[in-house]
Amino acid sequence: MSTSHPLPRWADLVLLPAVCLGVALLAAAGVVALVGQNPAEVIAVLVHGAFGTARGFSYTLYYATTFVFTGLAVAVAFHGGLFNIGGEGQAILGGLGTGLVALWFSAFLPTWVMLPLMLVAGALFGMAWAAVPAYLQAFRGSHVVITTIMFNFIASSLLVYLLVNHLRPVGSMSVESVAFADSAKLPGMHEALAWLGLEWPASPLNLSVVLAGLAAAGVYLFLWRTRAGYHVRAVGSSASAAEYAGIRTRRQVMLAMAVSGGLAGMVGMNEIAGVHGKLLLEFVSGAGFTGIAVALMGRNHPVGIVLASVLFGALFQGGAEVAFEVRGFSRDMVVMLQGFIVLFSGAMVYVIAPMLAWVLAPRSGAAHG
Amino acid sequence: MAGGLAAHAALAVRMTGIHKRFGAVAANADVNLAVQTGTVHGLVGENGAGKSTLMSVLYGFYQADSGSIEVLGKPATIRNADDAIALGIGMVHQHFMLVDTLTALENVMLGAEPHWLLRRADAQVRGKLQALMQSTGLHVALDVLVCDLPVGDRQRLEILKALYRGARILILDEPTAVLTPQETEQLFDVLRVLRQQGTTILLITHKLKEVMRLCDHVTVMRAGRVVHELPIAQASVEGLAEAMVGRKVHMGRVDEVTLAPTDILLQATDITVRDALNVVRLSGLNLTLRSGEIVGVAGVSGNGQSELLDVLSGLLQPTSGRLQMGEDTFDASNPLDPLKARALGLAHVPEDRHARAMVMDFVAWESAVLGYDGLAEYAQGGWMNHGAMRQATANMMERFDVRPRDPELLSRSFSGGNQQKLVLARELGQRPKVLLVGQPTRGVDIGAIEFIYAQLRAMRDAGCAVLVVSSELDEILALSNRVIVMNQGRVTGELPIEKCTEASIGLLMVGDAA
Repeated sequence: MSTSHPLPRWADLVLLPAVCLGVALLAAAGVVALVGQNPAEVIAVLVHGAFGTARGFSYTLYYATTFVFTGLAVAVAFHGGLFNIGGEGQAILGGLGTGLVALWFSAFLPTWVMLPLMLVAGALFGMAWAAVPAYLQAFRGSHVVITTIMFNFIASSLLVYLLVNHLRPVGSMSVESVAFADSAKLPGMHEALAWLGLEWPASPLNLSVVLAGLAAAGVYLFLWRTRAGYHVRAVGSSASAAEYAGIRTRRQVMLAMAVSGGLAGMVGMNEIAGVHGKLLLEFVSGAGFTGIAVALMGRNHPVGIVLASVLFGALFQGGAEVAFEVRGFSRDMVVMLQGFIVLFSGAMVYVIAPMLAWVLAPRSGAAHG
Repeated sequence: MAGGLAAHAALAVRMTGIHKRFGAVAANADVNLAVQTGTVHGLVGENGAGKSTLMSVLYGFYQADSGSIEVLGKPATIRNADDAIALGIGMVHQHFMLVDTLTALENVMLGAEPHWLLRRADAQVRGKLQALMQSTGLHVALDVLVCDLPVGDRQRLEILKALYRGARILILDEPTAVLTPQETEQLFDVLRVLRQQGTTILLITHKLKEVMRLCDHVTVMRAGRVVHELPIAQASVEGLAEAMVGRKVHMGRVDEVTLAPTDILLQATDITVRDALNVVRLSGLNLTLRSGEIVGVAGVSGNGQSELLDVLSGLLQPTSGRLQMGEDTFDASNPLDPLKARALGLAHVPEDRHARAMVMDFVAWESAVLGYDGLAEYAQGGWMNHGAMRQATANMMERFDVRPRDPELLSRSFSGGNQQKLVLARELGQRPKVLLVGQPTRGVDIGAIEFIYAQLRAMRDAGCAVLVVSSELDEILALSNRVIVMNQGRVTGELPIEKCTEASIGLLMVGDAA
């Protein structure tokens, strides 16, 4: 028996993250005030920039889409007892797969073949990139944290090598491929809404946001409704109990990492197929790592991850607005705010939860005395 | 001790009105305990009855919320273990507090080095210890690394350590849990000598026979309160058990119609297991399990019983040997695994509930289908039928009286006994032909023990072949039709229950041929 009362479920799921976010904002506001800025103004600009306009909101969702993929990737591996730090590399490889099939086939295949093909290629490339560390973990005992980190570097070098030496058009100075044909372009949200007769400002937001929603639902169904997901979670929580149950633990490690890598590999659908229309460097730009923070804050649950992704998307978009609008406020301040959020919702949550439990604890009858 | 002038002056420990709450639970409620100097005082009760909490208060691990303590007639404030040691209180924990990589001597002096030069300290401690060993009969090889000492020696070392630090009052927490009957007898001889020399001993135990043999007084606790306190002359095993549980219990053998065991359901031939370091864990073991019998496996823990269970359930591939289940033969070329074993009607209640039997972070119904999630009633293709699983769990909880009856509660939130009942419900639920049970009642309350025994007997009567591995000899004797004794990975003897006595099994446990 512990001395503290457990938090009620609603408080654990809703109130606690909200309080953590509030404390993080307060701490960040303190720093903003220290450097001589007005915290209220900064917050107002940030919120308005992220949610205040249709265009701003679209950007928020565009960023969030990428984070949903990488956040889900971290969460699935986590439920299998694995800490996949390699979302970055798996997303790079996924984008490479998406881009390669687009470069090869988009000239003659129609859109309705092209887009599913690009999705599958991206997922398969991400999967393959995760499968190597997974194999080394399951059958050779090399720790997946170490190997996935290393595979991030290899992935980024591989992309540079291919772009510089093979995919760059002869004579071009910029390190990027030629543009894909139109059949490899995932329609933007404004285009899709225009078909329905709705007007929406142009933005990078594209139909992959729907894909992200489907991926979140799919992850939920996989982990909590299928036997395979049950096996993955059993191995993640207690490998010895899973073995006792006759679950082949190595196979589950492979499965969890494959699904994880596949999800990270779908990032290319947003960035490559949805926005750039060509293969280039830096299209992941740290989203793989942000995915770790997103999964942490979202408690490794798809619903939480979607919400946390929107929050981080808002910080990216709103932060850019703040850096643009408020004089003397650099983007680094936004990075600091993100740091506080990760700190408070990740590490400090264990400090805040008991306090919250104490506040919410039913007082005994002597309360009036 | 010369006869006490007044009863009061002769008290070694007097705890008055001790209250200790953990959250909403009162672990100790108005507990009074008086222990006379130079006696062995037994403290018995079920898990969670509050005896460990009470001793932790005495030894300074916890502070009581209210109440007072007197040690050797003087009021005492005990804030930590150092205070307790200074007052002459020593404690021997159930799990030894020894550093494996130091010698016995170094362990004794650790934290109490009498000189800053280790060589000098060494000599001083050695001298004192030898005198102490001489007078008490507690002999331990002082220059051997603790990891190389047998369990019985480690326990003697723990007692020596406490005495060296000047303990006049010795708290022993379940000291016989890891000992063979012979080692237990030796320990009791030592404790009797210590008592004669005036040491006061507080014995926490759940083995009532030992209380009857050794103690002068006994205190029974239930649900945080003292429910019974009496001199041993007035106590009986039955009476103590009843006081502990709060109702009549029957723990011994049940008179039974002996069914002649019939068909061979499982046969293990010449099983040898070597571990990663090439140490032999099982050596040429043969075993036959027949329908309608309970076979008990006795032995000191760590003599191959765990490996035997793992091999029979398919969790561990033997280095050599063969298993026969019905028509199927399993060996290196066709290894048994837990899935195949379950499919053939083998159920396994593992020794280690926390690591094996349940996933502690799963809710109850998720743990209640562990290993059986592929059954047609639980799954449609790759999808889990949550409704059916929840319903089945609710039924299991009803039939096996699992409390609280909440399939949505986390597995870890249940008490040990209720976890075990849920595991039994799961494993017995599919009408197994062979049932392997490791430590059926470890960490389980007496009330639940009775129920678990009844379930195992019912399985046997229904024609199941049951194998029970237990470190509790009483349990083996209460359940088995036939007893196998293991020592160092070998079967050292096999006895029908009629020929079993504690002495005969004890000899086999240490490896002597009977």
